[in-house]
Amino acid sequence: MSKKMHIQLTVNGEAQEFLAEPRELLIHTLRERLNITGPHIGCETSHCGACTVTLNGKSVKSCTVFVAQADGAEITTIEGLGNPDKLHVLQEAFKEHHGLQCGFCTPGMITRASKLLEENPSPTEEEVRFGMAGNICRCTGYQNIVKSILAAAAEMSASKEAAE
Amino acid sequence: MKDDAGVTREQRVEALGGMGCKRKRVEDARFTQGKGNYVDDIKMPGMLFGDFVRSPYAHARIKSIDTSAALALDGVVAVLTADDLRPLGLHWMPTLAGDKQMVLADGKVLFQGQEVAYVVAKDRYIAADAVELIDVDYEELPVIVDPFESMKSDTVLREDLVAEDGSLPDGAHGPRKHHNHIFTWEVGEKEATSQVIDSAQVVAEETMYYHRTHPCPLETCGCVASMDKVNGKLTLYGTFQAPHAIRTVVSLISGIEEHNIRVISPDIGGGFGNKVGAYPGYVCSVVASIVTGVPVKWVEDRMENLMTTAFARDYWMKGKISATPEGKITGLWCEVTADHGGFDACADPTKFPAGFMNICTGSYDIPTAYLAVDGVYTNKAPGGVSYRCSFRVTEAVYFIERMIEVLAIEMNMDAAELRRINFIKKEQFPYQSALGWEYDSGDYHTAWDKALKAVDYEGLRTEQAQRVEDFKTGKTRKLMGVGLSFFTEIVGAGPVKNCDILGLGMFDSCEIRIHPTGSAIARLGTISQGQGHATTFAQILASEIGLPADSITIEEGDTDTAPYGLGTYGSRSTPVAGAATAMAGRKIRAKAQMIAAYLLEVHDDDVEFDVDRFVVKGAPEKFKTMKEIAFAAYNQAIPGIEPGLEAVSYYDPPNMTYPFGAYICVMDIDVDTGEVDIRRFYALDDCGTRINPMIIEGQVHGGLTEALAVALGQEIAYDDMGNVKTGTLMDFFLPTAWEVPNYETDHTVTPSPHHPIGAKGVGESPHVGGVPCFSNAVNDAFRAFGLRHTHMPHDHWRIWKTANKLGLHG
Ligand code: FES
Ligand code: FES
Repeated sequence: MSKKMHIQLTVNGEAQEFLAEPRELLIHTLRERLNITGPHIGCETSHCGACTVTLNGKSVKSCTVFVAQADGAEITTIEGLGNPDKLHVLQEAFKEHHGLQCGFCTPGMITRASKLLEENPSPTEEEVRFGMAGNICRCTGYQNIVKSILAAAAEMSASKEAAE
Repeated sequence: MKDDAGVTREQRVEALGGMGCKRKRVEDARFTQGKGNYVDDIKMPGMLFGDFVRSPYAHARIKSIDTSAALALDGVVAVLTADDLRPLGLHWMPTLAGDKQMVLADGKVLFQGQEVAYVVAKDRYIAADAVELIDVDYEELPVIVDPFESMKSDTVLREDLVAEDGSLPDGAHGPRKHHNHIFTWEVGEKEATSQVIDSAQVVAEETMYYHRTHPCPLETCGCVASMDKVNGKLTLYGTFQAPHAIRTVVSLISGIEEHNIRVISPDIGGGFGNKVGAYPGYVCSVVASIVTGVPVKWVEDRMENLMTTAFARDYWMKGKISATPEGKITGLWCEVTADHGGFDACADPTKFPAGFMNICTGSYDIPTAYLAVDGVYTNKAPGGVSYRCSFRVTEAVYFIERMIEVLAIEMNMDAAELRRINFIKKEQFPYQSALGWEYDSGDYHTAWDKALKAVDYEGLRTEQAQRVEDFKTGKTRKLMGVGLSFFTEIVGAGPVKNCDILGLGMFDSCEIRIHPTGSAIARLGTISQGQGHATTFAQILASEIGLPADSITIEEGDTDTAPYGLGTYGSRSTPVAGAATAMAGRKIRAKAQMIAAYLLEVHDDDVEFDVDRFVVKGAPEKFKTMKEIAFAAYNQAIPGIEPGLEAVSYYDPPNMTYPFGAYICVMDIDVDTGEVDIRRFYALDDCGTRINPMIIEGQVHGGLTEALAVALGQEIAYDDMGNVKTGTLMDFFLPTAWEVPNYETDHTVTPSPHHPIGAKGVGESPHVGGVPCFSNAVNDAFRAFGLRHTHMPHDHWRIWKTANKLGLHG
């Protein structure tokens, strides 16, 4: 066991401060230390994307980040995207278009998709498929996930136009 | 027609959200907000973590295990080895296939990754550190990874199955031919079939390997065991596709009475067969919790999941098919050598050691057939589950759909036409197959014609012929494959008279309670792993009892509250539990009818059910809604009728159901890189009555994608030393959004005549029909260049090699 480090994080807008072994993986920090269990573990080798969070403005697989590397970071997880009174457009779209089945990949999918749509607000189907290729789903065959994301993109630009 | 409130009958039907509508899923609110509750999300006070020391060798004797350094590590609470489990009789456990399996290595190991010792520590990091500190002294033994070698080898894999005098006691499925042999299972007419084939004018033969793969749900397997020593109750949360069966097994092997065990399957992150069986991790966690008196969590990592929990397939299939010169099939012969690994842990009904492999006559009217399956031990992981299919049906359908193609090549015939002239005809149902099944219903010709028309089959063949010409003249380096498949599934196991697992009949159940204000809760013996049971079972009930689906809660997975059932796998939820739900609903309705008659002051026979109410026959303005009836059931003393409105049904299905479908895949193959581009995939499914078209479509997309994976690259591969070569998601192919096409879905509806609502089940059909369809497309692309058959998985490298062997690289 190595010496503990003093870590500060902002997760979903809330400041967090604690001592942790530097080897602690960020996904375990979130899930076990902070009880944020939306991000899941599907592989721990950066392949499946179930653990995807937004870290300092980038989509990151939190299973392969040491908490020590994340010191000082701003993190958003699925829990920070919407709330029961006001769901994120993507959360609505996934429900509407049957973009999930077992739900295990869903938090990572939606978190990644939210970033994708920030980077590219009106993607083509091909861009969605490419931009989501780091997130594996074993249940849906992706067709309805892609549909959900494209629908959310349309919805978001429509409401942006309406606001302008 | 309008009732007094100005609401039409159609509006009343719509308000129910019953069968046939695209109801949105009630599960999704929590899943999209990250509020699912999966096993690894469960936290209990004082909870410890378990982790395994696993064998690096595929076959070795264990000379010693030194746990002292691990036990000395701060935070380590206990280390279990087989010696600790022996006094409890738990160092071995029964498998679902009538064999037994080591929980922790008892003197030897039989596959790489086998469980050797179990560490219990304060957190998962300390547990992982402790695993590293345990010193196991192994003596390597000869490794066998090939089932044919195994049947010839002097090396004995399972000394425990050889008597002291060297003789071989019978196994769970009869006599054994060799010390590494598990069983022989024969179905059909051996003599007659061989006579038919020997004397036939046309015979095609082929040997095909259906490679080993793995269901690999996104969530791995795991559990939390919590023994409460004060009241003597054990609670076990886990990734269980069959929670009640797990409770019975835990009771049988631990001696804890069944009422003192509560098994809970929380949300499950996909199963696909992987979560049917019982694994050493569950047993060790239970023991560790009993020993320590605190909850113990065990969750495997991805590598452990792929290397040690139940694999699928691994069948060598040798076939012969005979036909008349016109193409009418006269006989089918199938010999299988099944590699089961170190223990026989297949998940099949007891009387079917190779599952429903005897559905291998497919959708065709084949008068004579014979099937023999030999199960064999090797130094590979145990398992043999049905990966998104009913028991071994994927293997069977792959076999027949490849044999048809090979026969078409042999006869120089069009494979679509060959299928058509051999289909079982609509008027032949119920159809008795040569290998013992009674197909319930089907209309294959209609489905096939619809599919061929939808894709312009003639046009595709013309285009393909042109492509071959262009290839030959150097205008293109891409070939075109048209993959066909017509499958018949057999699901909904099954009738208790011939289907049981560990002696438990394969019925299923539903219990309904109607609340006074007209809402309800229904509990079932099944468990959803993404199929959306909370949505669809409520739809069945809404139509049956006339209360809105939105007012019906569906609960599954808690053995303390749910009625006994055999769980969810083999597409059995809709055929069996769905039927139980309808039948329980009808019991509710029968009582409601009496209450309605009393309230309306008429005879029971003078009221009839209409959508959401009982009306007086011939006087529709006189009615009582189900809501009113529910209230009356609780607040009025009705002569001769007990208060309350509840029902339970245990449904023993009279037969299996036989969903079917027609799939067509069009792909381009780059001869120089081996890459495939799926241009089009058309899937027509007939699953009988359709409960929720949106969910059916989602199931089809998912099943096809898993089929694509298996056909085009996914495998559990071993080297000669028994090392697993595909133990991470780096090597084990799971397609991403980038590799997967859009699918076109379609349907016909042929209800099951014996199912209360005519539904047949659909979750697995696309996998069963999809694998041969993708594989046939690859094979078909090379047909013009003399290819008869090439084994799956068709990854780029293997396709390149096929092209190379055919001399297509110049
Ligand atoms: S768990 Fe992080 S990518 Fe799979
Ligand atoms: S919904 Fe199950 S893995 Fe995506």
